[in-house]
Amino acid sequence: MITCPIFFCAYIKAMAKIKYIEHNGKEHIVEVQNGLTVMEGAVQNDIPGIDADCGGSMSCATCHVYVKEDWYDKLPKKDMGEDDMLDQAYEPNSNSRLSCQIMVSDDLDGLTVHMPEKQV
Amino acid sequence: MIKTDVVIVGAGPTGLFCAHQLGIIGLKCEIVDNLDKIGGQCIELYPDKPIYDIPAVPECTGEELTNNLLEQIKPFNFKFHLNDRVQELKKENDNWIVKTTNGKEFHAPNVVIAGGVGSFEPRKFPTKSAEKFDGTSVLYSIKDKTIFKDKSVAIFGGGDSALDWAIELSNTSKVSLIHRREEFRGAPASVQKIKELSQRNIINLFTKYSIKDVKGNGSLEEVEIKSEEGESKTIKADYVLGFFGLIMQLGPISEWGLNLDKKVIPVNTENFETNKKGIFAIGDICTYPGKLKLILSGFHEGALAARGCFKYARPNEKYRFEFTTASNTIKDRLGVK
Repeated sequence: MITCPIFFCAYIKAMAKIKYIEHNGKEHIVEVQNGLTVMEGAVQNDIPGIDADCGGSMSCATCHVYVKEDWYDKLPKKDMGEDDMLDQAYEPNSNSRLSCQIMVSDDLDGLTVHMPEKQV
Repeated sequence: MIKTDVVIVGAGPTGLFCAHQLGIIGLKCEIVDNLDKIGGQCIELYPDKPIYDIPAVPECTGEELTNNLLEQIKPFNFKFHLNDRVQELKKENDNWIVKTTNGKEFHAPNVVIAGGVGSFEPRKFPTKSAEKFDGTSVLYSIKDKTIFKDKSVAIFGGGDSALDWAIELSNTSKVSLIHRREEFRGAPASVQKIKELSQRNIINLFTKYSIKDVKGNGSLEEVEIKSEEGESKTIKADYVLGFFGLIMQLGPISEWGLNLDKKVIPVNTENFETNKKGIFAIGDICTYPGKLKLILSGFHEGALAARGCFKYARPNEKYRFEFTTASNTIKDRLGVK
């Protein structure tokens, strides 16, 4: 909840809690604003393990994460090209996603993503 | 040995525009890039994707932007050294001695690093055991295809490189093609051809498998592959080829004694010089408070770095600021009346 300084009213900035788990098991839970991507949530909060070299244009596969089945099926489906890019990721599997392609919304509150051992 | 005023490392948009600014103020430069073509990420990552935030250009693709920048620096006739990588930087008196992988040597008072996020290199197998055979029987590009004649070759990947080589080498070698999923991203005609060759048992096709291990005493003998369910298979292989696209690595830049903040180089915002005198960093590879990783920021950084270079390239001259609209000297340099 944030108070607007001009109208003295309160408004809610919609956020979702996202849990990022590094390959070594270290957890980071952050609130990410709706409309940002899971990749941006990590980069803006200085969470290690997501490089995002290309800045989110789905051109590099360095924001690769694993999403376990319970959440994987709830995510918006992969766009054309995401799997092609994932072919070029480090150790992709059927739980792999590019975090720059996962847009944060209320539905994703509580999402957990696991980072691979490395991105490059 | 080539003497010049500035060596630019990286032929992406930032490096190209910096070259333009150097030309405008009357300095010479040589441009080195690891890729075989000019344009950096614009060409390698998104040649066809539209860019919407180049000032005064509402929309253009990475390729168009590169071509326009090249057109803009044409009058200066600067030399490009492609397929080559700056390996070593050493200070000698007032000059930097710049050595490349292909054995070229430049002497220049200035080096401008416009290296993006580093150099593009093939993504390698994650398996530790593959390192032992790297460059001999585990390969990521093909220079001489005759070495595979009558040999067993295991090819990993699902893009055009993997498919094209699988088809080509199946004429003279025993080819296995391994890919992590059922779908291939290569051209539909190649995918069709692969399926046909697999049906005729000319190619052994393994989908939903990835590499687990490579084995061999002295020379490579076999490669073990695994499915996601944990099932393993062993394939006889004299060579293992991996085609997983390119990744960006900082590479030798990290060994030049520059201050580094993770993968980027801190600079001052007056002339984008690093902690080393005469070494500048511009574009995605530099960082400072408020840094935006935009092409337009790279242009600004390149323009100021070029002026920074002037000081060391012409220590006895005073830099005079001039507009391209008004200066006859600049018009001469551009070859316009």
